[in-house]
Amino acid sequence: MLFRRTQPSVLPGFNIALGYTLLYLGLVVLIPLSAAFLKAAGMDWASFWKAVSAPRVVASYRLTFGASLLAALLNAFFGLVVAWVLVRYQFPGKRLVDALVDLPFALPTAVAGISLATLYAPNGWIGSWFAASGLKIAFTPLGVVVALTFIGLPFVVRTVQPVLEDLDPQVEEAAACLGASRLQTIRRVILPAAWPALLTGFTLAFARAVGEYGSVIFIAGNIPMVSEITPLIIISKLEQYDYAGATAVAVVMLLISFCLLLAINLLQWWAQRYRER
Amino acid sequence: MAIGKGLGNGTHRRPIATQEPAALRWLLIGLALAFLTLFLFIPLVAVFTEALRKGWGTYLSAISDPYALAAIRLTLLTAAIAVPLNVLFGIAAAWAIAKFEFRGKSLLLTLIDLPFSVSPVIAGLIYVLVFGAQGWLGPWLAAHDVKIIFAVPGIVLATTFVTFPFVARELIPLMQAQGSEEEEAALVLGARGLTTFWRVTLPNIKWGLLYGVVLCTARALGEFGAVSVVSGHIRGQTNTLPLHVEILYNEYQFAAAFAVASLLTLLALVMLALKTLIEWQTQRLQRAAGGE
Repeated sequence: MLFRRTQPSVLPGFNIALGYTLLYLGLVVLIPLSAAFLKAAGMDWASFWKAVSAPRVVASYRLTFGASLLAALLNAFFGLVVAWVLVRYQFPGKRLVDALVDLPFALPTAVAGISLATLYAPNGWIGSWFAASGLKIAFTPLGVVVALTFIGLPFVVRTVQPVLEDLDPQVEEAAACLGASRLQTIRRVILPAAWPALLTGFTLAFARAVGEYGSVIFIAGNIPMVSEITPLIIISKLEQYDYAGATAVAVVMLLISFCLLLAINLLQWWAQRYRER
Repeated sequence: MAIGKGLGNGTHRRPIATQEPAALRWLLIGLALAFLTLFLFIPLVAVFTEALRKGWGTYLSAISDPYALAAIRLTLLTAAIAVPLNVLFGIAAAWAIAKFEFRGKSLLLTLIDLPFSVSPVIAGLIYVLVFGAQGWLGPWLAAHDVKIIFAVPGIVLATTFVTFPFVARELIPLMQAQGSEEEEAALVLGARGLTTFWRVTLPNIKWGLLYGVVLCTARALGEFGAVSVVSGHIRGQTNTLPLHVEILYNEYQFAAAFAVASLLTLLALVMLALKTLIEWQTQRLQRAAGGE
């Protein structure tokens, strides 16, 4: 039976701790989440399909997933570089930089949103610099990528960093003794060891970016068919009291998120086995 | 060996064969810092420069505006309810999962992580579907004159949902690593269950618990998407600080929006500093334990 104890223990409190955990989990998370699925199940297939496949909604999927992918890729590359620099090199202010990497976790998304929108606008500090070379960032899909890169920044750094710290220097020495060049050691020894963590960090950043709302809406410009993300579609449907339509789009996003969660769990399981080997 | 200088922690230098050339090293450091500057440091600094663009007078009047003060109160109230709820849950979940073996444990762990993979907007939506006027309990709530959606309880619920896993996720691996031998010893020596928890378990997990509380509080103070769906944006009543920032920004009161945003940024920096201090403290404790 599910949640039945399989080993005896002298410690007290199993029933009350597990009972409270399941009750709270059910009330706060599971029952409300099931409301979305039941509401969607109550729709007939034709209207469900119409809601989730309208051209404006499909354009928003393309933007949300495309920009999230691009942002996660940017974070995978630069996150690896940042993690490497923080683990291997010394430079002034390193501890401060290390602490500030987590800022996107702590800074409210709305604050990040207005700050990035102001900076990357055509008349902003950074935006004017790009505007001079004819590149518009804020209020275009590129702005969405900028915001999603910001909020996904810590994920890759924080998953890759501990793996690089744990790496045994002797392995690199052995590679060097066996005649490998530094580039070969990095490619054949260090990168394979960091690979599962890098992939996990990438997927975490991607999953977070897909659902992100607060930091994006200020910089995106929210032009239908061009720079409108899927969470905003849900909000605007809600504002028009189209609860069924909002729920249908939400269910599509939830299913995709659950697949990503499954992928993350599998990756972490694989990464753990990989490290234990 | 001159190249080795300034590398590593000084006690043991890496041999040259396992190092990158100095030029590559500085290139990588430059690349990392340029990326962080563009995406992290400048946006952080910009919050404060934009907030003070029109001087201290505007700044002070923006943050002492009655609506801003009401938003501060509501944000603090929300965090003060949501965080303790999730602390209690986190402790119960960690006790059940770390100290006992039972079927369905990995399923439970996955379910606890679920709120992290749900978009904040959807977190708000599901509460509208349960408690809203068109929702499951809507008619009953209306008949009993209870308001949850577009009122404070909805904001608290949505915040509780998005911060749900933070404390549990910190405590579960920590308590799993610690095992239950110390608690078993206390019980064998005659301590009661609760005494064992207060005297043995809690002192062992206090830093991890504090860490979880800091992460949970930081997110609770700043939540935007989920709260935005259930709030109704009634100024002075259901407007949290992040929502107040949005309203001011959309009214083109940029200096005021950034002034309120700078308060949230300061809170975020305090949370970040606390988090870093706790990390250093636990590293020191680990080193002390390892050196014994």
